[in-house]
Parts: sequence; structure tokens; C-alpha cells
Amino acid sequence: MRTRTGARLGQYAALLAYLAFLALPFLWLVSTAFKPPRELASPHPTWIPRDPTLANFRQAFDEQPLVHAALNSLLAALGAAVIAVLIGTPMAYVVARRRTALSRAATGWVVVSQAFPFVLVIIPLFLVLKSLRLIDSLAGLILVYVVWALPFALWMLAGYVRAVPVELEEAAAVDGAGRLRTLVSVTAPLLAPGIAATALFAFVTAWNEFFFALVLLKTPEKQTLPVVLTHFIGAEGVADLGPLAAAAFLATLPSLVVFALVQRRITSGMLAGAVKS
Amino acid sequence: MSVVTDERGRPAGRPGRAVRATGHGAWFLVLPALIPILVLSVGPLLYGILLAFTDAQSGRTAPTRWIGGLNFRDLLQDTLFWESFRIGLVWAVAVTVPQFLLALGLALLLDQDLRLRRPARVLAIVPWAMPEVVVGLMWRLVYHPDAGVLNETLRDLGLGEGRDWLGGLGTALPAVVVVGVWAGLPQTTVALLAGLQNTPRELHEAAAVDGAGAWRRFRTVTWPALRPVALAITALNLIWNFNSFALVYVLTNGGPGGRTRLPMLFAYEEAFRYGQFGYAAAMGCVLVAVVSVLLAVFLAGRLRGGDDA
Repeated sequence: MRTRTGARLGQYAALLAYLAFLALPFLWLVSTAFKPPRELASPHPTWIPRDPTLANFRQAFDEQPLVHAALNSLLAALGAAVIAVLIGTPMAYVVARRRTALSRAATGWVVVSQAFPFVLVIIPLFLVLKSLRLIDSLAGLILVYVVWALPFALWMLAGYVRAVPVELEEAAAVDGAGRLRTLVSVTAPLLAPGIAATALFAFVTAWNEFFFALVLLKTPEKQTLPVVLTHFIGAEGVADLGPLAAAAFLATLPSLVVFALVQRRITSGMLAGAVKS
Repeated sequence: MSVVTDERGRPAGRPGRAVRATGHGAWFLVLPALIPILVLSVGPLLYGILLAFTDAQSGRTAPTRWIGGLNFRDLLQDTLFWESFRIGLVWAVAVTVPQFLLALGLALLLDQDLRLRRPARVLAIVPWAMPEVVVGLMWRLVYHPDAGVLNETLRDLGLGEGRDWLGGLGTALPAVVVVGVWAGLPQTTVALLAGLQNTPRELHEAAAVDGAGAWRRFRTVTWPALRPVALAITALNLIWNFNSFALVYVLTNGGPGGRTRLPMLFAYEEAFRYGQFGYAAAMGCVLVAVVSVLLAVFLAGRLRGGDDA
């Protein structure tokens, strides 16, 4: 079937409009990050900096402890991602392979947790972590991120497990492999790409997270990147916009890189999780 | 060939037997995830509901007491809270509806055989990957009254001198709504695109051969297949948007004059600036209850509507 040329043109125009809406704000951020103060103050700002500079980046690092905050974020995100798949994969396996009350409860929790009102959870969470002496510590934050990333991780992982044919595991068992052996040497390798994608997704989620970090971390040296970035707000004389943009741009790069890597898998993972067996 | 047995010594021939973990095995696999979930997710939720019936405050030495429904009675009188609640509803609907319509359009475009499809798909998820704080900061730059690109563009087009979008009483809420739509567009698009790819192609082509126009094909072939996904993502978007915090915290922090003070911001301030844990927990309960009811009504209505169609 052939679509008429006019309709095609309209489709391209619409697509371009979408891309402009989605991309232009980000391009403006990048442009601002490379502009010298004189250009930022100019009454006629341009899209492409006439006189691009890296001074904003240096100033951003001078103003706020960005390196330290990035390390905190990295630690929190790595910890959350690794722990989430370590404890999530076995559970997802059980949820995917067995139809029990437990599996149903887990699926129900995945759904309900999406509707979780953070306000209702954050206060008791604050009190619980306080009694565990995990308030104002990265370890406490990692724990929260793990639990917070688990629903979607379970959802994705269970989908990947369902995609591994039961027959393969049965064949291994017939060949005399024990259950653990089957899991480790047959199922796990097939799941590896899915586990990696899930871990990366959990990483980005934790790297980007703001609310829990804001509430749970008080000491400046422990704060993560998103919290530190908000310190740029307030003093917004035009000259301060450059460092703000520079820091925001840098903070986005890891997420963008990781997301570009796993984009395809996340989409297929959402699909896989959505397919009911 | 020897007879293969599982750990309990039974023959392992039946389908599924080999992979089926025994009761103990399953618990062993599940516990590492279950304990943190119970301690840090289910537990706090229940604890939060209990807190709503106490006078818990941060940093107080006197023991916390049960006060029954007093928090809820105070809440009924709290006009500031209900104003914030109203703003939250307006925000959630004003973001979710355009989000859905725009995402549907984009998903339909990306489902076509267009030349720019691949780069467009990658580009379209950029907002999804960005930290919410950065999204907020970025749009502050766009909306900036002096150095912002929006006012500059308006001036170039001769559409007036521009204004302080985030600081104006009338423009603040619409301005943050646009950001909300922008930020949630990719996720909705991806979900709808996934749904579109499940629609039966043959049916589509058959309808086209029969002379059905684009709109008719959409109504009779695409939409029925897409409906479940559309309903699910819209319901989730409603909840997510109602619960959103970071975007508006960064953009306006609830200002000007409380015009963008979403319920989450309100409850956050009540709990962590004024230390009223019990009262804030009661707010949380009310928000959850009302949202659940609205959602149930929305879903019930939609599902029933589907039977008629």
C-alpha cells in the first residue's frame, strides 16, 4: 500500500516538530554551558556560542564539590544496581517459573509499588532508617534505591526468564545436572544480557534519583549529584547560568550513555515483562 | 541410561519437574529480595498509615501518642492543603492528557516507514534518560526572563517582550505543565509503540484494501489492539504525575504564592521543614485514598465503555 506524497510530507513535518520540541531544550542547555559570561548577558542570545569556552566547567567545579558528589552518586548507583540484580534475579526466576501465591503476591506488589505515594513511605522510611542508624549514610540510601528499583527490575527479569525455554533446563536435568548446576551453567548465561540491561536501568534510576537523597542525606560531603546540582539554583544572576548549565550537562552524560546502550533492551524488556504466559 | 532423579529421589521425567524448585529452594531464592521489600517497602507503608493516627513530630522528646482521627479532622479544615490538592489534580490531568495525545501521535509516526525513524527513536528517549533535576534546571534556562531562549524567540517573532514565565502568577502552572509533558513523553511513547507493534498488520492492510481511510483504520483496527496498553500507561501516568516532586521542586519550589505547590511539595514541607510527621502521614493517606478512588472510577468507566464499543 502506498501513502500519498502529501500525507508523507505531513508526517515528516510532524516528526520534525516532535524532534524539535524534544531536542531544542537540551541543545539550549549545551549551548549555554559553552557560552562566556559576556554572551550570556547579551540581550540577543544565540543558539551557537560565538566564542565557546570551557570556563563555565572550571567555575562549576570551583563552586560546588561536583567530583565528590559524582563519586557519591556513582557509589550509590553501582551499589543499588549490583544488589538489585543479585537479589532480584533469583526472585524473578521463582516468580516466572512457579505459579504460587508468592508469585501472585510479588506481581501484585510490583503493580502496587508503582502507585506508591512517596510521601506516605518517606516518613516511616526515615524513622526506620534512623533506628537502624542508616540515616545520612550512603549505605542507607543504597538500600532504599535497591527496594525502589526492585519492582521494575523484577518485571524485566521475570520477562527475560520466561524467554528462556524450560526445555533447555529440562534437557540439562536429563543429562544429570543438579538444579543449582542447571541454573548456573544453563540459565544464567542465557539471562546475562537481560541481567546486564536490568542492572544498567537500575543504575540510571539511582543516578538520577533526587527525592530520597534530598530527605535522607544531610551532611554536604555525603550528598549525591542531583542534590548538589540544586545548590546552583537561587544565585541566578545571568553570569551564573553558565556554570549551572555546565554542571547539569555533565551530570546527564552518564545517564545518556547508559541509556543509549540499553535503549533497545529496555523497550524489549518492557514488552517481555508485559507478555503474560 | 540411568534413571534421572531430582534431589528427593523421584524420577524427573515430567515436564517442568526438573526446573521446579522445591518449597525450601524457592524460599532460599526469594528471601534475599523479600526481606528488604518487607522492611523497607511494605513495612513503611503500613507504619505510615499508623503514623497518621498519632501526633508524631520530628525531634520531640515526649512520647508519641495515639490521637485517633484528629489529624484527619484538622486536615478537613486545612484550606491550604485542599488548595494544594486541587493544584495537584489540575497538574496531573493537564500533564497526563497532552502526554497521552502527543505520545500517541509520535508513536504512530515512529511506527511508520519513515526515513528518520531510527535516529528519531533514539532522540525521542533523551528526556527519559535525563535526571529530573537536570530537566528542571534546563527548563529554567529556557524560561529565564533575560537569557532564556523562549523570550528571545518571542521577541524575534515580534510576539511581545516576553515575561517571567515561572515567576508569574498566571503563567507558572502552565509553564511547569509543559515541562511535565516534555519529561514524560518518551516513556509513554515507548509503551504505546510497543502496543502498536502488537497490532495485526494483515488486518490493517485488509482494511486498506477494502478502502477504509486512515482514521477508520485507526478506529477499527489499531485502537482496539492498543487500548489495553493505552489504559495502563495513562493510569500509571496519572499516578506518577500526581506523585511528582523533583521537577516542580527545582522549577518553582511551589511558588509563586503557592500556585504550583503540588501535594507532594506540601507534604514534604510539613514533614521535613516543620517536622509534623503524623500530620504529613495523614496527608499521604488522604492523597492515596482519593487517587485510588479516582483511578478506580476512571478504569471502571473506561472498561465499561469498551464493552459498548
